[in-house]
Amino acid sequence: MREGSREEQTPGTWRTAGAVLRKDLLLELRGLDTLPAMVLFAIVTFVIFHFGLNQATIAGQEAAGVLTVTLLFAAMLGINRLFVAEREQGGFDAFLLAPVDRSALLIAKATALFLFLVVLEVVAVPAFGLLLLGPSLGPRLPGLIAVLALGDVAFAVIGTLVSAIAVQTRARDLIGPIIGLPLLLPALIAVARGAGPLLAAQGSGSPPGKWVAILALYDVVFALLSYAVFDFLLED
Amino acid sequence: MDPHPAIELRGLVRHFGERTVLRQVSVSVPAGATLAVLGRNGAGKSTLLRILATLLRPHAGEVSVLGEPLPRQAWAVRGRLGLLAHEPLLYRDLSGRENLGYHARLHGIAPRRVEDVLDAVGMRERADEPVRQLSRGMVQRLAICRTILHSPRVLLLDEPLANLDPAATELVAPLIGRASGATRVLTSHDPRAALAEADLVLGLEGGRAAFVTSPDRVEPAALERLYA
Amino acid sequence: MMYGRGLRGLALATAFTITVAFALVFFYAPLDANQGFIQKIFYIHVPLAITALCGFVFGGVLGAIHLRTGDRKWDIRSYVAIHMALIFGVGTLFTGTIWAKASWGHWWVWSDPTLTSFLIVMLLFATYQPLRFSIEDPERQSRYASVFAIVCGAFVPLNFLAVRLAQAYVHPRVLTLTGGNLPGSMRLTLLVSMVGIALLYVTLWKYEMAAKSTRMQVRALRRLLLGEDSVAPPKRSAAPS
Repeated sequence: MREGSREEQTPGTWRTAGAVLRKDLLLELRGLDTLPAMVLFAIVTFVIFHFGLNQATIAGQEAAGVLTVTLLFAAMLGINRLFVAEREQGGFDAFLLAPVDRSALLIAKATALFLFLVVLEVVAVPAFGLLLLGPSLGPRLPGLIAVLALGDVAFAVIGTLVSAIAVQTRARDLIGPIIGLPLLLPALIAVARGAGPLLAAQGSGSPPGKWVAILALYDVVFALLSYAVFDFLLED
Repeated sequence: MDPHPAIELRGLVRHFGERTVLRQVSVSVPAGATLAVLGRNGAGKSTLLRILATLLRPHAGEVSVLGEPLPRQAWAVRGRLGLLAHEPLLYRDLSGRENLGYHARLHGIAPRRVEDVLDAVGMRERADEPVRQLSRGMVQRLAICRTILHSPRVLLLDEPLANLDPAATELVAPLIGRASGATRVLTSHDPRAALAEADLVLGLEGGRAAFVTSPDRVEPAALERLYA
Repeated sequence: MMYGRGLRGLALATAFTITVAFALVFFYAPLDANQGFIQKIFYIHVPLAITALCGFVFGGVLGAIHLRTGDRKWDIRSYVAIHMALIFGVGTLFTGTIWAKASWGHWWVWSDPTLTSFLIVMLLFATYQPLRFSIEDPERQSRYASVFAIVCGAFVPLNFLAVRLAQAYVHPRVLTLTGGNLPGSMRLTLLVSMVGIALLYVTLWKYEMAAKSTRMQVRALRRLLLGEDSVAPPKRSAAPS
C-alpha cells in the first residue's frame, strides 16, 4: 500500500522549504556548533598540509588538490550534522505531520548545506591564499569561484542525500563519509582538475570548459535522482 | 452532526520485520467521540496512534480518517490531525515562540494564532526562553500548543496529562479535553482516568483487540488481563 | 516464485559454456608474444569486470522495482544481485592485479581510467552491507538499501563516463575491446568466456534466491503450524529475511 501520487509542486513547496531553511539557519546561529568547526578544521588542515608536504608554497594542480580535498573533508563535518537535530528532537515527525510537499525538506537542507559551504569558502579560500598558495589569488578568483560554486552544488545535493540515509542508521557518523566520499569522487576530480590550471604559476583566468561541463552534468543528474528517491527515505 | 465515523479501522495489520505488532484491529469512532486505547507497554497503542497520524503505513486492512482512506489520501487529511506524542517535537535550542512559529509556517497558520495558544496555556511570559531551560510540565504545555495550533478535527493523544500538575491540567482541558469538540483517541497508563473520559474503549492485548465496548460495559476481569 | 525451476538446465549450460571457454583459452587463443601465458587471465578478468558492473546496475533496477511496488521480494533480489556482483568484483580486482604484474607496458592493457573507475565503484558498493547491517528496522533497511542501490547503480555509468572523459584528452588512446584491435581468435574466445561468466552469474543468483526463498517459506510454515514462538527472531543481519 503506497501513499497516493504526490500533490503537484505548489508554490507552497518553496514557502515550506523557506520555513525549514529559516529554522535551520536560526538553529545554527543559536547553537553555532557546525560552521565554526568546519572553518577551524579547514584552517588546521592547511597547516597540516604545510608540514606534511614540507614546502613553503604550492601551486597548480597540487594546490588545487590540497584545497579541494580540504574543503571536501570539512564538508563531511557539515554533512554529518545536517539531520541530527531532526532525528534527536523529533524534527522528522514534526515535518511529516504537516500538510506539505516532502521534497521541501530536501531543498531546504541542500540549500542550508550549500550556504554553509559558501561561508566556509569565504574564510578558507583566502586563508589558503595566505598560508599555502604561491601565486597570488586575486586575478584567479572569478574562475575559482565558478568552479567551487558548481562543486558546492554537488557536495550539497549528494551530502544531503547521504546524510538523510546515514541519520537513520546506528553508525551514523561513519556511514555518511564511507558512502559519501566515493559518490563525491567524480565531483572532487572535476573541481580539482578545473582549478588546477587556474592556480598554476602562469595560470589563465578561466577554468577549462570540459570540467565545468562535467560538474554541471553531475549536479543536474544527482539533483534529479535525489529528488526522485528522497520521499522513500522519509516515509514509513 | 456528521453521520459518518470520523475514524474507521477494519482488520488493521502492522508488522515489524517478522513480528506482528497489530493484528486485525477493527473499531469505528463517531465524530466528536473519544476512544480510549488501553493496554500494556508494547501492546501496540503507540503504533496505532502513529498509523492514525499518517506517520506509519498500514500493512493490511483498511484505515480511514475523516472519510479519507489511508495511506492513499494521507496528504489530504494530514492538516486536520493533531498528534501529541511522547516526544514534544520541539527544538531545544529554540524558544517556545520560535518553535510554534515554525509549525505555524508549516501549516500555513497566521502568526497571531501562536500568541493565542500561548495565552491559553499560560505560557506567554516564558515563550522566549529556549525550550531546554523549561520544566517538563511547561514543555508539555508547549507540546499541547503545537498539537492544537492548526485547530485539528482529530486529536491523537499519547499520555496527554503526563507531567502536568492539576492547575495545568485544568488549563488545557478546553483545548484537548472533551470540550474541544474534536474526535479524540487517547492512551493512558491510568485505565480509570481514561475510562472516565471515554465514549468507547479499545483494549489491546498483544496487538489484538481484546474488546471494544463502551466504558460502562468493560468487564473488570478483562481489564485486569490486559495489564497482567 | 520457484527459483529452482530450470536451475539444473541453467547450471548445465553454464558448466558447458565455461568448459568450452577454458578449452578455447588454453588451446585456441594465440599465445601473446610479450606477456606469454599469463596474459590469458584477461579472458577471465574482462568478463568478470563487465558482469560485476552489469550486476550493480541490475541491482539498482531491482531496487527501483522494489520501491515502486513495495513488494519486499524485489529487495531480496536486489540484495542478491549486488552481493553477487561484489564477489565478481573482488574476482576482477584479484585477476586484475595478477594481470597487471604481467602486462607491464602492453598496449591493450586496461589503462588507468577504467581501473580507477572500477575501484571507486567497488569502494562504494563495499558500503552496501555495512549500511544494511546498521539499520535494524527490516522494512526501513529494505527501503534504504533500495535507495542506495538506485543511486549507486546510476552512479556506475556516470562514473565511467566522467573518468573516461577526463582521460580522453590526456591519453588519446582508443581502447575498444571488440574493435579492430583484437584478432578474430581472441575475440571469439573472449565472447565465449563472456557468455560463460554471465551465465555463471545468473545461475548463482538463482541458486541463492532459491536457498533464501526456501528458508523463508520454512520459517513461515513453522510459525503457522507451531505458533509464533517456535521461530526465534532473526539476529540483526545485513541480509533481508
